[in-house]
Amino acid sequence: MDPAQLAAGALAVAIPVDQILIQTVNGLVNGMILALVASGLTLIFGIMDVVNFAHGDLVMLGGFTGAVTIAATGNFWLALLVASLVIAVFGAALQATTLRPLLGRDPLTTILATFGMSLVLQKYAIWQWGPSARKIQEPLTGQFQLFYLEYPWYRILTAVLSAAIIGSFWLFLRYGKYGVWIRATTQDRIMASAMGIPVPWVHTGVFAIGAGMAAASGVLFGPLGGVTQNMGLDFTLRAFIVVVVGGMGNLGGSIFASIFISLLEAYASLIVSPAQAVIVSFVVLILTLLFRPTGLFVPTPK
Amino acid sequence: MTARRAPAAYWTGFAVVLVLLALAPLVLPEFWRRFVTEILIWGLLAMSSDILIGYTGMVSFGHSVFFGLGMYGAAAALLSVKPPNLWLALLYGLVAAAAVAAFVAYFATRLRDIYFAITTLVFSQIFYVIIFTWTEFTGGENGLTFAQPPLSIPGLWAGRFTPETLHWFVLAVVTISYLLLRRITQSPFGMVLQSIRENEPRTRAIGYAVERYKIVAVMLSGLFAGLAGILYAVQNKFAAPDFVFFLVSGEVVIFNVMGGMGTLVGPVAGAAFFLLLREGVSRYFTEYYLIPVGIIFTAMVIFMPQGLLGFAKRRLNE
Repeated sequence: MDPAQLAAGALAVAIPVDQILIQTVNGLVNGMILALVASGLTLIFGIMDVVNFAHGDLVMLGGFTGAVTIAATGNFWLALLVASLVIAVFGAALQATTLRPLLGRDPLTTILATFGMSLVLQKYAIWQWGPSARKIQEPLTGQFQLFYLEYPWYRILTAVLSAAIIGSFWLFLRYGKYGVWIRATTQDRIMASAMGIPVPWVHTGVFAIGAGMAAASGVLFGPLGGVTQNMGLDFTLRAFIVVVVGGMGNLGGSIFASIFISLLEAYASLIVSPAQAVIVSFVVLILTLLFRPTGLFVPTPK
Repeated sequence: MTARRAPAAYWTGFAVVLVLLALAPLVLPEFWRRFVTEILIWGLLAMSSDILIGYTGMVSFGHSVFFGLGMYGAAAALLSVKPPNLWLALLYGLVAAAAVAAFVAYFATRLRDIYFAITTLVFSQIFYVIIFTWTEFTGGENGLTFAQPPLSIPGLWAGRFTPETLHWFVLAVVTISYLLLRRITQSPFGMVLQSIRENEPRTRAIGYAVERYKIVAVMLSGLFAGLAGILYAVQNKFAAPDFVFFLVSGEVVIFNVMGGMGTLVGPVAGAAFFLLLREGVSRYFTEYYLIPVGIIFTAMVIFMPQGLLGFAKRRLNE
């Protein structure tokens, strides 16, 4: 039977509950990885009005750094740590050299600058690591029975780890000394500066944290989808969508939006091909822009 | 606007450049002749986006959609109507580009600044996915190939395109478009666009329906971008999804920044500069030319935000 008929038939008799539940788990797992990328992006936007076009490329670089470390040491956890730290330092350097001079200029110029960065990073990755995809070996190979599927524990682990990273970051923002600095700078840059907070360094630090989180998600994603040179744009776009749907600069909102959109995409892939399921997130974005341009998960705008 | 002396200098310069461009195919070798024609086409695309970036202050990352729809519109006309007709290709391409531009404009202009940029980018991805996956109609990944239509100007000229006549045809279209765009930017409508760029809340407060102006600006811009797409389709005899991909939009933004936003001529110069740079750098870096070019671009954003022709901004707009 051809797939179209199958899909139509499946719709007619309603999709089996177990498939829906499996897609729910898939959606949650993908949503948590996406949330890890998006929270860095939204934080960077919230604090310095910079839309980081190269964010997805930091995910990609993190994935490659992780893959190289694993090839050298064979230890996944070490790779996760090394990739996050290396890319965080790299992010700090990028911010200090290209974004700091743009502080106070039109926010649009930062899009252009980060877009330039993104081009360079992408081509650099091809130059350095060649055009073929790298697969990262998962640290956990066990599986458990989820209805008719052998579901890998690793997927669950990525969701838990992502949640843990985001959670500890949230605690840091809430209670850490430097977390307070970050929140103060987000609220009022000039006042924070008047209170003696070194605002330029807070910016660099936040960019580094965002880059580190992006790198971590690149390593976590590695065993699931492989690391490729052009995965960056896909991540950037999805993270953008999530950040806009969740409300720019709103950490909680973008986490909800990541999960919401990933769930919708997972359900959509029951009916159409995964390539076409991407359109679902685009449609959500357009509807959001039409009816709640400030974001779905923020209090009603004034 | 007030100085009467400058326009004379401006029009002299304009005439000199035009004559040089018209003579170019007669003296240049085959490769460079084609190169100049391509610069003109990309230059038109860059000019179209300058209406938004330079004059209205909206960065569009979705110009590939309008360009691509122009290509596919022309392809539809050339494949479905026998014998292939150049003017029908123009018509179909413009209609396709205008339809998409209207759609994108309606949604995207509700947002400002960065949100507008992201929305246009997302739209270009939507259309890329549609064109890429709708294989029966668009040829999917392979795109569409077709025969070049003959150049027929009723009562004047009829015959096949040669490299020279193609160049002159492109030059004529680009020149007319430039003069139109220049006239538009200097019209009261263009003044409103520039005041939106300078201060949107104030423009609104004066009583202009800012949203409507923005929608018209995006549609105009899309129309001219579609025109560039049609020219490219006629020159290369194919339409491919690669040209709807976001990378083309990115290059258009690069042309604008390199050449100088808000000058119309600047983006054309930017396109020429970029293509020459790519040609030169590719000798040493092969397909990695975007590494040095990207670094140069980023440096220009930081240190030379006016671009190559930014210094002449006042004069070019007189």
